Parts: sequence; structure tokens; C-alpha cells
Amino acid sequence: MKKRFEFLEHTADAYIAAYGESLEEAFENAALATFEVMTDVEKVKPEAEDLVEVEAHDEYSLLYSWLEELLVRFETTNNLYCRFKISSIEKTPSGLKLRAKIWGEPLNLERHLGKVGVKAVTYHRMEIVKKPKAITVRFILDI
Amino acid sequence: MNEREEHLGPRERVLLERVDKYTWRIPRKYKPGMRVPGVVFADEDLLEKMKTDRTLEQCANVAHLPGIYKHSITLPDGHEGYGFPIGGVAATDYEEGVISPGGVGYDINCGVRLLTTNLSEADIQPNLAELTNTIFNNVPCGLGSRRKDLRLTPHELDRLAAEGVKWVVEQGLGWPEDIKNCEENGCMEAANPDKVSTTAKDRGLTQIGTLGSGNHFLEIQKVDKIYNPQVAKVFGITHEGQITAMIHCGSRGYGHQVCSDYLRIMERAVHKYNIALPDRELACAPGTSKEAEDYYQAMACAVNYAFSNRQAITHWVRQSFEQVFKRPAEEFGLGLVYDVAHNIAKIEEHKVNEHTRKVWVHRKGATRSFGPEHLEVPANYRAVGQPVIIPGSMGTSSWVLVGTPKAMEVSFGSTAHGAGRMMSRSAAKRKFWGAEVKKALEQRGIVVRAASQVVLAEEADPAYKSVDRVAEVSDKVGIATKVARLVPISVVKG
Repeated sequence: MKKRFEFLEHTADAYIAAYGESLEEAFENAALATFEVMTDVEKVKPEAEDLVEVEAHDEYSLLYSWLEELLVRFETTNNLYCRFKISSIEKTPSGLKLRAKIWGEPLNLERHLGKVGVKAVTYHRMEIVKKPKAITVRFILDI
Repeated sequence: MNEREEHLGPRERVLLERVDKYTWRIPRKYKPGMRVPGVVFADEDLLEKMKTDRTLEQCANVAHLPGIYKHSITLPDGHEGYGFPIGGVAATDYEEGVISPGGVGYDINCGVRLLTTNLSEADIQPNLAELTNTIFNNVPCGLGSRRKDLRLTPHELDRLAAEGVKWVVEQGLGWPEDIKNCEENGCMEAANPDKVSTTAKDRGLTQIGTLGSGNHFLEIQKVDKIYNPQVAKVFGITHEGQITAMIHCGSRGYGHQVCSDYLRIMERAVHKYNIALPDRELACAPGTSKEAEDYYQAMACAVNYAFSNRQAITHWVRQSFEQVFKRPAEEFGLGLVYDVAHNIAKIEEHKVNEHTRKVWVHRKGATRSFGPEHLEVPANYRAVGQPVIIPGSMGTSSWVLVGTPKAMEVSFGSTAHGAGRMMSRSAAKRKFWGAEVKKALEQRGIVVRAASQVVLAEEADPAYKSVDRVAEVSDKVGIATKVARLVPISVVKG
């Protein structure tokens, strides 16, 4: 089975590489990796469904905005998310628009492992590498 | 080279000239856009560690900033950060220069405060486990931590951000004398909550009075060794074996979001004002611009949030002592020695080439270190200088030092902030098991309560540079001199 994401070497923070056959899939796995930093995503149940819509001027800022929105959702609602489905990434007059459905449940430390909180998404070492049917996105989360 | 390294390019070797035993210079000729040289304060071992990531390259990049004075400074705990290295100082002209959120960091006013007591180890040892458990219960830490007993309305959050420690004390979460023993008296006056986004406020609303996670901690410590008895006494440190408490945390999601928001704004400002930068992460705006003013006012809110957070936590630490020992907290002392920021930008006056200049001083992973007679040092410490507190990593020593006049000459009144990481979190996780780390600490007599076993492994002591070396370099360079070494006897970690 293909790897969805992995953690790369970085002195202080979480340096993530996420993979997919499409940009949408790579973005979904980037989200999965982000929550894996915080918790054991396997233990999170996809009970409640939420919608996410973000817009940005290019793919890099779209990745940034997507992940930042998920981080803010978590911190303001205390919901952990474990499943992500991006229905579309469309061109708009000002750039790109992403629409997604996400699933998760409220943080419950009796069932969920608390690892470490994420302070911010950053553009540090952010890359989007496109090869035929093999997209890699890399980025760093400030811990 | 694997695919990743190939993509990033070869690692350039930064040109270094040795100035003396603890000082190296990166000359301006290293990179064409450097307006000033870089200076690195370190010992040989710490310098070698800096060569393993982009610390030195970043030091050279910071030297490109418009309006930067004297030199771009990297301190002994320096390591790679966002644009600026962590463990560094850059001062730019207030009008002709720029201000950059990357020079402050995501965790605005991550900082530390120290409380002293009149207790000795023997007094506390029988109740130490109970005290640690009580603190662990009273001070939420770790992922998603929130308080049930302190709920702010959005309006109250704005007041806290505008007024800082004073407001917190007025709510009954502290003592009036705490205010003066805090850098900036616990409130940067420039704070304007209108400049803080709703997202930042939403993130911060539920997090007041919580420790956070990662490298943040709360420790009960004992004084291991006093190096300067006269200054120690002024700070309230009277004998070896004396019990102290240390709180290390920052502005939580409130500050992290302020930094994120303004980095975006500054990226646009760079294009608007045509600022040439060697690294987009040095995004900044001219000091006289609206973007700079807005950032500074929002940053000040986050600064006040962090001071307030450490103040609230202090209250619950004192409460914990009361609950366990069934006496009023005042009977144990538990006074605040000082609270310092180590991620902050300040407007200060410094002498540059015989002229006094008004400057933006960026301290990112750096602590202010003012010497005697400086008016910003609290009156009761002014004869000796400002207390400087350097927390170590979990389970290692922490240091109390004192600010010096030399710091004003060579480092814009600053010194290091901590140990600095040298092993990645993934490497630390592969090497250490959280349970083993806990056991190793407990075998040394240290009580540990941690919210996360994973973080325990990531935060294991060998993952950090030696804080003793960092304190030694600071002392030898003369930017802050040793007063006392503290060691933990119990640790609460998120």
C-alpha cells in the first residue's frame, strides 16, 4: 500500500511530506499528517461531518490556508478530524478555491492520545512537486 | 543525495572568521546583500551544532534587512528558525528600518517566570508527589487543554490583551506586587485589540490559564549552586537547597495566529514597498508603515496575553501549595522574582557608533539583559541589574543570571533564552521511549507528570544542547553573568 505521508528530519518542528496521485489526494494526506502530529488518528472516529471552503491565490497559499483552517477548527471547537475528502480545487478569477468534507469527533483524552499541539502552519521549506500521478507536498508545522 | 536534498540544493558553507574564544564573525563579503556582518557568540561545540542546520546562513540573511545596525546576532543557543534563527537579535532603525514578525517568532512572548519560596528540599519532599499532582490538575496542559473555571467573554479577553497582568491581578489571580516584577510591568502599552483578528481571539479565548505543549513546562526546583551571592540575595535567592518554581510558556493560539496573520500581511508589504530580501521568510514592512504599526499593536496584545497567562498560572501554583500544605500561600513566600519574554520586538534606544538611536529590537529566542541603573529594571533590582532567567530542557538545569552593561555594547542588551534543540523530534522519538524517559528522571529523584508520553520522548534531555554551556558562554562573553543554577525536583509537562 502506498505511503500517504511521512515525517522528515527537522530539529525543532514537524516536517511533513504528503503524497497523492492528484493534488487533492496529496492535500488530504497533508491534513491527515497534520492531525497525526497531534494524536493517533486511528483512534479518532469519523462521526460528525463538516464542510470546509478556502480560497487562495496559488497552490502554495491554498495548501497553507487549507491546513490553517483545519488547525483553527480544531482549536476553536476541540474536534479532531480523521477523514478528509476534497471534492474540488477550482480556478477562480482571483486564484483557486478548495471545497472539502471532513469527518471527526470531539477530543476525548480518555480515548484519544494527546501528542503535541501545532502552533502554526508555515511556508518554511514548503514545496509542491508534481510528477505524473505522483504529487508530493512538503511543509513544516511549528510545534 | 536523496530526492529531498537534491531538491533543496547543496548546503553552502558559511564563511566564518574567529574573533576570540567565544566570538565568530560572518563577514559582509560572504553574501553581496549583507549590510552588516553577522556575529555568533558560542563555544566550539555549540558552533559545530549550528553548522548542521541553516542557522548561520539565516544569520547572514538577517544582515540584509533594511536599516539593520551593527551586526546580525546569533546567540549560543542558536538553531534554524523561520527566516531568522531562533536564538538571535536584530536591531533596525525605527524610521528607516523594518520590523519583521519572523524576528519575533510564532510563539509571541514565549517566556519564563521564576517564583522563590522560603522552603528547603527537606520541607517539601514528603508532599512533593501530591503537590505535583495538584499542580498537574490545576494547570491544564497538553493537547486541547482548556479550563472550566475561567471563562472569559470576548470583551474580557480584549481587556486582558490591552491591560495585561494588572487586569489579571484585579480579577483576584495574583498579588499587586507581581506587576512590577514583570518585564514591561506585564503590559505593553501599545496593545490594540482592534488589530488582532477574530481567528486569533477565537483560538485564545479558551486557552487562558493553560500551559500548552511541546517544550513548555512547569517545574518545582531547588537552588543547586549560587555563583553570585550578593546579587542572588537581591533576587530573593538566599541559600542552596532553596525551593523555587518556574513557569515556561507563551501566548498560545492567540499569539501563534497573530504571527501567522501578519506574516501574510507582511508578504504583501514586501511587494508593495519593494523590499529586496534573500529569503521570503524575512517578510517585513518599513517601520513607519501602517503594516508595521498594526503588527506592533497586535504583537503587544499577544505579549500581554502571554504575561497574563503566566500570571494566571502563578495563581494556580500558589493555590496548589495552599491545597497541599493547608496554609496561605504567602507563608511560603512564593513571590515573583521576575518574568521575562524571549520572543518579542521592542522599541528601545541604543548607542550605535557614539549616537543614540531609536531602534526596533527583535529578540527571537533571546532574553533582554539590561544592566544596573537602567530605568526599565525594577527599582528593587536596579542597583544590580535585571534578572535573566534561562530555562533548560526538561530534567536539566535552569539558570538565573543578571544583565550587564556589556550587553548594551555588544548585543543590544540581550542574551540567550534556553538550551536550543539539536535533535529532531522524529529522531528523538526513534531513540527514546516516553516511559523510559520518565523512569530515568524518576530514578534521579525527579517527579514527573506529563500529559503526553510522546512529547516526553521528543523532549528528552539529549535532544537539547547543553544549557550549562549556553549559560557559560553568556557569562564569558559578559552579556549576562551567572547568579544561580537551579535543578528540577518535579516537572509538569504538556
